[in-house]
Amino acid sequence: MIISHEQVETMAFLNQIELSAEEKEQYTAQLNVILKYARILEQLDTSQVAPMIHVLPLYNVWREDEVGVGLDREQALQNAPESEEGYFKVPRIL
Amino acid sequence: MAKLNQLTIHALRDLLDSGQVSPTEVLDACLKRIEQVDPQVKAFITLIPEAARARAKQLEDLGKDKLATHSLAGIPFALKDNLCTKGILTTCASRMLANFIPPYDSAMVEKLEAACAITIGKANLDEFSMGSSTETSSFFPTANPWDLERVPGGSSGGSAAAVAADEVIFALGSDAGGSLRIPAAFCGLVGMKPTYGRVSRYGLISYAPSLDQIGPLTKDVTDCALVLNTIAGHDARDANSVPVEVPDYTSFLKEDLQGLRIGVPREYFFPGLDPRVKELVQKALLRLEELGAICEEVSLPHTEYALPVYHLISTAEASSTLARYDGVNYGYRAAADDLDTMLQKTRTEAFGPEVKRRIILGTYALSSGCYDAYYLKAQKVRTLIKQDFDQAFAQYDLLVSPTAPGVAFSFGEKEDPLSMYLLDFCTNPLNLAGLPGISIPCGFIQKMPVGLQFIGRPFSEGTLLQAAYAYEQSTEWHRQKPDLDNDCI
Repeated sequence: MIISHEQVETMAFLNQIELSAEEKEQYTAQLNVILKYARILEQLDTSQVAPMIHVLPLYNVWREDEVGVGLDREQALQNAPESEEGYFKVPRIL
Repeated sequence: MAKLNQLTIHALRDLLDSGQVSPTEVLDACLKRIEQVDPQVKAFITLIPEAARARAKQLEDLGKDKLATHSLAGIPFALKDNLCTKGILTTCASRMLANFIPPYDSAMVEKLEAACAITIGKANLDEFSMGSSTETSSFFPTANPWDLERVPGGSSGGSAAAVAADEVIFALGSDAGGSLRIPAAFCGLVGMKPTYGRVSRYGLISYAPSLDQIGPLTKDVTDCALVLNTIAGHDARDANSVPVEVPDYTSFLKEDLQGLRIGVPREYFFPGLDPRVKELVQKALLRLEELGAICEEVSLPHTEYALPVYHLISTAEASSTLARYDGVNYGYRAAADDLDTMLQKTRTEAFGPEVKRRIILGTYALSSGCYDAYYLKAQKVRTLIKQDFDQAFAQYDLLVSPTAPGVAFSFGEKEDPLSMYLLDFCTNPLNLAGLPGISIPCGFIQKMPVGLQFIGRPFSEGTLLQAAYAYEQSTEWHRQKPDLDNDCI
């Protein structure tokens, strides 16, 4: 086994996702199949190979530091599940 | 005689420009077709017939002479529902965005509106583009117009089905690992994934940013060139778009391939390939030689590693891009008394199983202790895969392969994730190397279409279109239509 039930649960937790016992079982089995398949990469000696950073020779794409047109407050809030006095509102934190 | 909705862009252009038909007549033909077949095909998540009618009327008021100056004037099209449309629902086929109405338009909408094309609706997809069959859509699966019991491919399955069923004249989709080319192959269409950076992704809801690219799904190669003319080009709002000049892609549409050097990568004829697909691709190679091309076998030795590399990199990126869905700014929010519970319930309830699986895998590939062995290793092998292509393109103008390893399969047939992932064996490597690819029809197996893939150097879309056009014009495959009328009474 490459990835354990506990590791699957931890990865889900880090993503704020809760798994049922059944899902945990299923994902663990499926991810082990996928990761086992991914192990064919170990056949390759990549000690002298640089990792890909970008497929194109693009570096440091800058623009002028000028104020552009953005969304106004009303538009920015129009999809908010909850808002109040021009702010996004969330359930209590403490 | 063919109905208006069955025609290509270039055929309709002649009729519209000469005033023989009006934009409203074309639109009505499409809307009527949608009414007739979409209850079975289910290509659309959202339809906007009133807005489309108003737009058609507006275009008519401009007059035909003025309209004729716009390349796609009066042509109805569909957008994959991961492209933001101002004021129109944009869901990514996810419960997470089931109520999301973007406050802005994607660059694609701006460009197509400027070209006076008419948006008809938003097409179904795999949830957040994660899939190859459109079965992971949170709402409903889309059917393949060639056989309603089969999938249309994915993730741009709704876009492809809409075009193949003649519900729209063309559609846009996106492709991170085959999501335009697989549906094109399964639905008998032309689908192009342009070079990484060729088309602006401003307003595309991202899945894997180093791989995603937007492209057209059309009924023939000429239409592909026409749409690409409109959508290609630099956009400062997508920092990965490239300021490379956009040629007139229709100037490449010639029927002669004299002296074109074509490499045939032997690794793409892998054991999972349906021998009947192989046979059709080999026949296509003979045809390309008759047209003047020189076809030779070439090796891309790292091909078999592309699939795991793709899944490690795309899921790692997805785990990051999907972190933004937190129930605060937009999208789904679960009811809860405190923030942590809200976050967890929101993401648990609103993401589907494939999205969760990929986020978990991606997080694992990036986690400390696994990063070097999985994510970094994958990026190193990605370099090797790109070097394979660089070497091949030192000798050849383009490469040819099958698009998909078989024809469209039945719903539920590929239940285990790995067998689904294998569908993208021939399409993944291009995204990893940022290369353009086009899939065109090259025959049928028991009435189901088969796709042929051309792969080119960066920014060689013109050469791809040239080869695709010459091949297409020497065949009749692209003229065949699914016999949907008997299925949809």
